[in-house]
Amino acid sequence: MHIVVCIKQVPDTAEVRINQETGTLIREGVPSIINPYDMHAIEAALWIKEQKGGKVTVLTMGPPQAEAALREAISMGADDGVLLTGREFAGSDTLATSFSLASAIKKLQVDMVICGKQAIDGDTAQVGPEVAEFLNIPHISYVRKINEITDGGIKVERLMDEGFDLVESTLPVLLTVVRELNQPRLPSLKGKMNAKKAEIKKLGGPEIGAPTERLGFSGSPTQVKRIFTPEPRIGRSMIEGTPAEQVEALLKILIERKCV
Amino acid sequence: MDYFLNEDQLMIRDLARQIAEEKVVPVREELDEKEKFPWEIMKVLAQSDLFGLFIPEEYGGLGKGSLELAIAVEELSKACVGVSTTYAANALGTYPILLFGTDEQKKKYLPDIAAGKRLVAFGLTEANAGSDAGGIQTTARLDGDSYVLNGTKQWITNGGEAEIYTIIAITDRGKGARGASAFIVEKDTPGFTFGKKEKKMGIRCSATRELVFEDCRIPRENILAREGMGFIVAMKTLDSSRVGVGAQGLGVAQGALNEAIKFARQRVQFGHPIISFQAIQHMIADMATEIEAARALVYSVARFIDSGAKDVTKVSAMAKLFATDMGMRVTTNAVQVMGGSGYMKEYPVEKMMRDAKILQIYEGTNQIQRNVIAQNIIKEAAKGK
Repeated sequence: MHIVVCIKQVPDTAEVRINQETGTLIREGVPSIINPYDMHAIEAALWIKEQKGGKVTVLTMGPPQAEAALREAISMGADDGVLLTGREFAGSDTLATSFSLASAIKKLQVDMVICGKQAIDGDTAQVGPEVAEFLNIPHISYVRKINEITDGGIKVERLMDEGFDLVESTLPVLLTVVRELNQPRLPSLKGKMNAKKAEIKKLGGPEIGAPTERLGFSGSPTQVKRIFTPEPRIGRSMIEGTPAEQVEALLKILIERKCV
Repeated sequence: MDYFLNEDQLMIRDLARQIAEEKVVPVREELDEKEKFPWEIMKVLAQSDLFGLFIPEEYGGLGKGSLELAIAVEELSKACVGVSTTYAANALGTYPILLFGTDEQKKKYLPDIAAGKRLVAFGLTEANAGSDAGGIQTTARLDGDSYVLNGTKQWITNGGEAEIYTIIAITDRGKGARGASAFIVEKDTPGFTFGKKEKKMGIRCSATRELVFEDCRIPRENILAREGMGFIVAMKTLDSSRVGVGAQGLGVAQGALNEAIKFARQRVQFGHPIISFQAIQHMIADMATEIEAARALVYSVARFIDSGAKDVTKVSAMAKLFATDMGMRVTTNAVQVMGGSGYMKEYPVEKMMRDAKILQIYEGTNQIQRNVIAQNIIKEAAKGK
């Protein structure tokens, strides 16, 4: 079983700063981590490898320093790391990103692709499903539990607003996973030593056989007009007191404003 | 201070620190309160390869030494000495096999120990043999192809939880100190049972039990070294492990100081954070200075042991003595800096103070350490060194 995990290096902060002119993230001076949802994807892949045997490759697209994220995944137990990097990828939106990742995955023989449900910086949750479309394989998003894996298929639970769906698919398949799926492991010392020595394969546009016009800015139909932090809404008031007093005060306000 | 740790040592420190912060700190209060054995944390340590640190690579370990082990123990002790005691007692129980085991014994036991699959305990202490190890009454009698063990070991760390026990017992009472021998005994051997779990002042998540041997028959090949070598096995084991107890003193002191500083910066009295008062500043300065001195000693002794030095008894006793007396002082002063808050269970320093006390007592009381140091000084003086 060959599993590819797509990961993203993101700024380690909930307060992402935006360059107002380009509408892109400011990465300078912010420590980077593996997108937390992707940690669950890595754990899922390692768990499947432990059950079924096989190999786990982690794949990311990003600047040269994204190599650190791949090494961290290797320290947890992944076998290989592949980095898509080069100027041609700069400015990719989710479409160009998915196209690039899918082009790289096509070069590898894979049985399964696992992604985090979304990245904590962009929060689109689009890249996983789009990669599956470009690969022309089925995808199951929001996986919260893996029930069974056989040679040709998989049964999982997909988290829904109310409860879950039981979904069955053939392989190869792409999964996007949620936090409820597992508890990501910490690295091991042997893993860290492997990660130090590991050779990270670096691929550019030509190596993945992708036409330049489909990559980076030129392959991105998304036009960012403006990115801004919404002004906080004004006119809030806090109700204080015992729970009984609070209920009474709240009711009074609702009645005054003719809400009830 | 920069102790010029190499890349691997820094990696070990960072990983042990990450485990301590992410896996130990959130549960330490509950483990202490409920006296719950830290199996979950032991599993994390196993998965992270930390059980294999000091075991040679040919037996599945990482082939590191006392310094690396001390660094890992220090980091875990910053969070919880109960957890670090469980981890360090495993090393204590393993040293007899590591130092004196035959290749067959090492092949049989070390890979599982390195992988963290089987926990180890060391059984020396008895009701009448504490500081006076010569008072051991547990016997081992050779009978055909077996040794038959009878007697009771007391206050054995990891007792009942461990699967492998290294035990000191008397094989020839007439020979005094030369009549003791060391054995490997596996859990579930008929005739080997456990007494009740002791209730303790500190390190409450660690398991402390009696080991009871009643006509417990073990294979003859489970003897370590030869008959009569038991005390040498025990003493060499303690020489190796004592620096680890020093590292525990160092860790708990650093953990307590960190808490005290955090508190003193926030706590306002007389209109100022209490850290702006000289009374508090001087206490914190003394605590930090003592910790740094202990760290320098513990790391130096660990490096000396790893250099292959022959006689490490005196310096390992010094490291244990100094760092654990310091640990008791610093944790007590951390409670003092934090005042009433420090005394309450909402903050971790009262636990650290309770935990620190055992470090002055186990693996040779600090009074015994002073005896050992003085005896070695007298010996050296007599030789004209």
